[in-house]
Amino acid sequence: MPSLTHARAGASAVAPMLLGVVPFGLVAGAAPVAHGLGGWTAMGLSTVVFAGASQLAIVDVLSQGGSAVVAILAACTINLRMVLYSASLAPYLGHESTRRRLGAAYLLNDQVYALSVTHWAGEERTEGRLAFYVGAGVLLWAGWVAATIAGVVLESAVPDSVPLDFAVPLVFLVLLIPLLVSTPAVAAAVAGGVVAVIAAEAGAGPLSTIVGAGAGIAAGAVVDARRGAPASSTGGSPPASSTGGSPPASSTGGSPPASP
Amino acid sequence: MSRIWSAILISGAGTYAMRASFLAFAHRMATVPPALARALRQIPPAALAAIILPALVRPEGQLDLLQPRLLAGVLAGLVAWRTRNVGLTLIVGMGVVAGLQSV
Repeated sequence: MPSLTHARAGASAVAPMLLGVVPFGLVAGAAPVAHGLGGWTAMGLSTVVFAGASQLAIVDVLSQGGSAVVAILAACTINLRMVLYSASLAPYLGHESTRRRLGAAYLLNDQVYALSVTHWAGEERTEGRLAFYVGAGVLLWAGWVAATIAGVVLESAVPDSVPLDFAVPLVFLVLLIPLLVSTPAVAAAVAGGVVAVIAAEAGAGPLSTIVGAGAGIAAGAVVDARRGAPASSTGGSPPASSTGGSPPASSTGGSPPASP
Repeated sequence: MSRIWSAILISGAGTYAMRASFLAFAHRMATVPPALARALRQIPPAALAAIILPALVRPEGQLDLLQPRLLAGVLAGLVAWRTRNVGLTLIVGMGVVAGLQSV
């Protein structure tokens, strides 16, 4: 059963990421309890919202007496990057039924997105793409929910001194660094990071991530176009533009991450 | 409906809508114009860096380069570059932060 093989490949690609996801999930479970919102709030957030940073933002707003509207706005601005991920993945999944794509959308998150897009960029075949994504997504979801439960139960034991929240940017570093193999990718990353910091300093709050990402995309696209690279370059390019043959090994996107 | 559960359910619906936004219409994106493909290629590095850098240079909500997380991030980045190993990267990054915080 080939799709099972692909699903297993996705699961084993995401497995090392759990080392960073589980500590964050503990925090996502412990924080609502610690702030008096209760364990069911933690479980509801981790299953319905299923996006760590926005869950903590919701807890932050609600525990300080803020309204649901403010919490929703904070969460949705933090999660705006999901629109970018959705756009980036869509060209790879056009062959799947709408029902399957809508089901897969629930599992979309940073890790599964970055792993899938680099994995898919490496090969032309459409077969097994969704299975890889779902394999990674289901394991990450299970790890996230299990860690949330553990965080709810162990709330008082989750230490303040260990910087558990710092696990998230560290995992993202492991995802980012293999992408930095071309000038456009480096330009996108530098502009994305710097503009996000500037936007945050200017008071953009949770919007700063999407502002930075937008600037990074623009910078990378400009550098990519200036290089006069034909649209058939390699890397993370969606399938439509990676027409046949063995494209030059440069350009954006990047090599698939090293096997776990 | 309580304040808490309306926040959870509506945030979840909004987040799902953003996740599904383009995936819902993927069947019309089977061929992507080159200019759009060029922009889509930049999303992974741009979005990841836009999350990482603020976490390294303004962990307390204001720009601060003299704190453990920037150094930890640089060292962890080197480890990630050399090894591609998540576990080792986490140990180095968290270890540096925990070590410097306790000094």
